[in-house]
Amino acid sequence: MNIFMKWFHRLGSPPWFYNISGKLIPWFAVTTILTLVVGMYGGLILAPADYQQGDSFRIIYVHVPAAWMSLFIYIVMAVAGAISLVWRMKMADVMLISSASVGASFTFIALVTGSLWGKPMWGTYWTWDARLTSELLLLFLYFGIIALYNAVEDRQTASRAVAVLTLVGVVNIPIIHYSVEWWNTLHQGTTVARMDGPAMDSSMLWPLLTMAVCFKLYYIWVLLVKARAELLSREINNGWVRELVGGKANG
Amino acid sequence: MITLDSILETETTSSSKLLLEADSLACIRDDRLLFENLSFGIHSGEAVVLEGRNGTGKTTLLRILCGLRRPDEGEVRWNGESIERCTTEYHRYMAFVGHTDGVKRELTPLENLRVLQTLCGKGNLSIEQALEAVRLYGFEDVPVHYLSAGQKRRAGLARLLVTDARIWVLDEPFTSLDREGIKLTESLMDLHLSNGGALVMTSHHEVNLLAPNTQVINLSA
Amino acid sequence: MSVWSAFIQLIRRDLVLALRRRSELANPILFFVMVIVLFPLGIGAEPNLLARMAPGIVWVSALLAALLSMDAIFRSDFEDGTLEQLLLSAQPLPVLILAKVSAHWLVTGLPLLIVAPLLAVFLGMSETALGALLISLALGTPVLSLIGTIGVALTVGLRRGGVILSLLVLPLYVPVLIFGASMVDSAATGLSFSGQIYILAAFLALALSLAPVAAASALRISLS
Repeated sequence: MNIFMKWFHRLGSPPWFYNISGKLIPWFAVTTILTLVVGMYGGLILAPADYQQGDSFRIIYVHVPAAWMSLFIYIVMAVAGAISLVWRMKMADVMLISSASVGASFTFIALVTGSLWGKPMWGTYWTWDARLTSELLLLFLYFGIIALYNAVEDRQTASRAVAVLTLVGVVNIPIIHYSVEWWNTLHQGTTVARMDGPAMDSSMLWPLLTMAVCFKLYYIWVLLVKARAELLSREINNGWVRELVGGKANG
Repeated sequence: MITLDSILETETTSSSKLLLEADSLACIRDDRLLFENLSFGIHSGEAVVLEGRNGTGKTTLLRILCGLRRPDEGEVRWNGESIERCTTEYHRYMAFVGHTDGVKRELTPLENLRVLQTLCGKGNLSIEQALEAVRLYGFEDVPVHYLSAGQKRRAGLARLLVTDARIWVLDEPFTSLDREGIKLTESLMDLHLSNGGALVMTSHHEVNLLAPNTQVINLSA
Repeated sequence: MSVWSAFIQLIRRDLVLALRRRSELANPILFFVMVIVLFPLGIGAEPNLLARMAPGIVWVSALLAALLSMDAIFRSDFEDGTLEQLLLSAQPLPVLILAKVSAHWLVTGLPLLIVAPLLAVFLGMSETALGALLISLALGTPVLSLIGTIGVALTVGLRRGGVILSLLVLPLYVPVLIFGASMVDSAATGLSFSGQIYILAAFLALALSLAPVAAASALRISLS
């Protein structure tokens, strides 16, 4: 028992996290839904239609926050990866891998909404726009992380391998992004309309920011739920999990 | 063996110096706790034999001791310093023979050992002397894949002799050796111990060492 | 027992090994040539079209050939236990990895440069374009090897590492592909390509300094 207590202390205490996150989840769920309702109402009903793009511009209320999240989550994962490698903190591993599929989903949403938005704008679902291309490569990076994690049998080894990969990725993301941008200016004859113009009316802007907050809250909500599940399955042989499930689990 | 004795410098001093120290090691593999609170010391002239059923973590413990794997808890100390902090220093004085022989099939024993010496440093024995000690003299220029499994294993064991390794970490060293090969290996171990070296090993075979200080650690308990 | 002599000895060892396994030596080159031959068969042999696409074709093929050969860098060392010995050596692991990458590049990357002129003829490339191609391959393929090494280090213990390796590594290859191909393209259209040289050289410097360290920590994890 003694040694388990020592781990908990050093590794960011899984039972503590399990308890606290259990209490926090309802709050994040409620605030996510609240901001979602407010943001959607503001974006879909209150905000005026764009004088050029009509109602189709409203897809930015999903597209832009999703694109922001896709990068944000990758950076969170890189920070978790660094913590995991330097301090070998078990919770950081759990956070990293629980974030990966959420990040991949946001990236996928950003891609799909981007191409849906592209149809009325450019007349085609896909154009090799620099941002869409970067986003696509980011999706591949997410897939690589998930695939590597699933391929390595030992979960601790897998976590640390994924941490290294995430850090390698985070060094490369700016390089990939600027390479693609440069490539785009070189090959793209027509200028592509930017999704977020510099001047945006405040009646259009505040729903966007609300949606961004909503997506962040949603991320934390889902992250906590996933991290709890991951934690339970990792710690299945530890005392506190056995106590939690009433001694039903046998190692 | 008499010739070898004369070749090797015998260290008479510091006969029971603490070389390697395992301090409250714990290891989790595949979400399973293999061992915890495992502490022991290895002194010069001492042999440590790990016992235990399959899957009790003998190999894993050896890999922790030689620095291939980090323990989940505790630390391994070489001369009082954590091996994570003096890795290169430690690796010069430690040699590991695992399940694989650690020699390249396409290279001759001579070439294999020469590369090893540039990686880990030279010891008291020359490569030729080491090959003679494992009875591979005459095969030094034959690519390893022409050798039998037992000879290949001996080429792997010769790695122990060509560097200045004080600690031998041996995982099933007798694999694919014949009875004579086992005896030979045991006598090399005895010589190593009597010269103030130390070793940790696992074995399915019975180990017959002359060394007075043999510590048995049972991981099944 | 200096670091330098270990570096040299390891390169020598790997080159000797490559020589003794001569049969495997030709595989990446053959692959490179065959992929390039497939393009005219697939898109038609119209000279203008081929010349227009040549930079991209050559670079994509080089990238695939580099990727295909990567797996071999640690495979046999992993199987016979000499990789463990490298990890247990008294020399800094990143330096040893750099030695292995260098030897690997000499065996798999350099031959691509040697056959490139032949392919330039196949695809109807001009002489300036060929010059640019050689420079871009000389600067770019070592970057591919260095990045690939990180991927292999992460997947070396896996049974089906090959597929995952391409998933991990290909997105990271994109910048090299973009600048390598555009360099040849610029040369073919008579533009200056010094900018791309600098950028590829910068990639090489970055990869040389960071990749061995990343690969070293990845290897320690994979073999733990």
